[in-house]
Amino acid sequence: MTTETLSLLDRVRERLESAFPGKSFPIIQNTSPAAQHSLLLSSEDAVEVAKFLRDGDGLKFDYLSNVTGVDWPERQIPEKKQVQVPAPDGNGTVTKEETTTHTEPGYLEAVYHLYSMELRHGPLIFRLRTQDRGEKNHLPSLTPVWRSAEFQEREVYDLFGIHFDGHPDLRRILMWEEFQDYPMRKDFVEPDDYEYEPTPHGKVLERVKARTTPAPQEVK
Amino acid sequence: MTLSLQGQPLGTSTRLLDGEADGSILEVSMGPHHPSTHGVFRMNVALDGETVVKLKPVFGYLHRNHEKIAESISYLGSIPYSDRLDYFCSMTNNWAYVLSVEKLGGFAVPERAEYIRVIVAEMTRLLNHGCLIGFLAQDLGAMGTPLMYAFRQREKILDLFEALTGARMMCNYMRFGGVRVDLSPEWLQAVRKLVDEYPAFIDELEALLSENEILKPRLQEVGVLSRELAVQAGVTGPGLRASGVPYDIRKVDGYGVYPRLQFRVPIGEHGDCYDRYMIRLLEMRESLVLLKQALDQIPAGPFTNPQIKLRNLRPKAGEAYGRIEAPKGELGFYLISDGKGEPYRYRVRPPSLINLTPLEDMCLGQNIADVVAILGSIDIVLGEVDR
Repeated sequence: MTTETLSLLDRVRERLESAFPGKSFPIIQNTSPAAQHSLLLSSEDAVEVAKFLRDGDGLKFDYLSNVTGVDWPERQIPEKKQVQVPAPDGNGTVTKEETTTHTEPGYLEAVYHLYSMELRHGPLIFRLRTQDRGEKNHLPSLTPVWRSAEFQEREVYDLFGIHFDGHPDLRRILMWEEFQDYPMRKDFVEPDDYEYEPTPHGKVLERVKARTTPAPQEVK
Repeated sequence: MTLSLQGQPLGTSTRLLDGEADGSILEVSMGPHHPSTHGVFRMNVALDGETVVKLKPVFGYLHRNHEKIAESISYLGSIPYSDRLDYFCSMTNNWAYVLSVEKLGGFAVPERAEYIRVIVAEMTRLLNHGCLIGFLAQDLGAMGTPLMYAFRQREKILDLFEALTGARMMCNYMRFGGVRVDLSPEWLQAVRKLVDEYPAFIDELEALLSENEILKPRLQEVGVLSRELAVQAGVTGPGLRASGVPYDIRKVDGYGVYPRLQFRVPIGEHGDCYDRYMIRLLEMRESLVLLKQALDQIPAGPFTNPQIKLRNLRPKAGEAYGRIEAPKGELGFYLISDGKGEPYRYRVRPPSLINLTPLEDMCLGQNIADVVAILGSIDIVLGEVDR
C-alpha cells in the first residue's frame, strides 16, 4: 500500500511536469508510517492543474473526497552559532556559542484529498498555501472543478479564514454570520460572551434602564 | 423590528430573494424545527406555487466545534466524543477514527479484533438502514407503523450492544489496535440468532412498503440524482450507488478483513428516491451475508494489541487520512501529529454534510412535499453535519 501510494504520486508528478513545463511540483514528505506524501501546488496555476488531474488520461481524479485547512502560525526557530568574541582579559579572542532565533513566517494551508472513482486509485493529496495569515490569505477556489468542495471550502473559510477566490457562495457555514474570528486558528481566544447576539430583549432592557435609573444628583 | 450589528442587518445572508417579493414567489423557512428535518436542519425554500425554484440549506445549529475540542485532548479522549458525531452509528465512527490513528502510528490489529469490528459495523449498518426506511416512511405520512417496526428491530441490536459495551448508543467500543472488551460465545450465539431472524423483518418491511400505492408515486422519479452530478458533488454511500456508481470503500480500499469476505455491492439505475430506498433494503441483506461469514470465520486469539500504549499516546510527527464505508457514506478522519500527546490537526470528513451538496439540484422543480422525501432518502444526522 505504501509503495503503491508513492509510485502513484511519482507517476502523477511526472505527468504534471510534462504537461506544465517549467513548473516545479515539490513533494511534501510525510514522516509517519502512513507515508501519505503530498504535492505542493502554487496558487497561480492550481485551477489548471486541478482540471488536468480531473480529466487527464490515466489520472481521472474525478472524486474530491476531503478538503480541510491547517493553520501554521509564525514560529521562532533557535539557531546555535559559534562566534569569536574578544576575551574578557583583553588577549585575543575566544569562541563562544551564541543562540539566535530566526522567525519562520506563518501561513494557512488547504489540503485536498483526491480519489478516482473510475480508475479506483488514490489518495492523491495536494496542498495550497497562502502567503501569510493576515491580509494575503487568498487561494483559488476549486469548487468550479469539483462541486464537492463547495461546503468544505466554505467551512475552511468559516473556521480558518482562507478566502477562496471564485467560490460561488463564500459565506460562513457553521458559525453565525456576525461572528468575527476564525475559531480553528491556533491563536484563537474564546470570547467570554460567546453566545452574544443583540436581541429585542436587550434593547427593551436598555430602554427600561434609561427610564428607571434616576439622573445623577449634583453633589454640593 | 429589524436588528442590526455593525450596520449589517441580521439574518440577511441566508435570504434567497432580493428586495421586496412581488407576491408570486414565496420564501419559506423549513426548519430548524420541522419534524422531517431529522434534527435541527433548516432549508430556505423559494416557492412558485408549490414548486421549488430555489433552495439553500442553513447549517450550524448543532455546531460545537468537535475538531477544536479534539485538538486539545488526548488521542484516546476523542473516541467517546466520536460516538456523538453520527449518534446512530457510534461503532462505525469509532472504527474510522481508530483506523486513522492506526495508520498514523503504524499499529497492527489482531485478526480477531478485525472480525469483531466487521460484526459490530455490519450490525450498525443494519440498524441504520432499517431506521432510515422507517423515518422516510414517517416523513411521508406513514405515522408510526414502519418506524416502530424498525425500532423494534433496532432495539434488539442495541440490546446486544449494551450487553457487549455497557451502552446502547454511545458504545465507545474500539481502541487503537483492537477493541475494548472481548466477545463471549453466548453473545456470538445471540448475534447468530438475530441474523437468522432478521430476513423475516426485511421481508415484512418490503411487503409493507415496496409495492405500496402511496409510497411508490411519492418516491419514484422524485429527486433524481444523475451519475455525473453524484460523482462531481462527492456523494458517497448508498446515495452514490443508487445513481449507478459501483463504489464501495469496503471493496475499493479493502480495509479490515473485508477482502476475505464475499459480498455484492447493489447499485441502482435511476438515482431517484425509490432507488435510494431499495439500495438500503438490498444492503441490509448483504450485511446479513457478511455477518454470517464473519460469525463462521472469527478466530480465537487476542482482541487487542498489547504493545500499543493507549494512554498518553504520542505518534511520530506526520499525517494520515483513513476512511471507511460508514452506513451514510465515506467517513474519513484526517490527523496531523506533531509528536505531542494531542493531535495538531483533527478533521472529520462528514458524509452527511457532503451528501447534501447536490440537495438544491435534486429539489429544483419538485413540489415542496417532495423535498421532505428527498431529504429523508439522503440520510443525514445533524450531529455529523454540524459537528
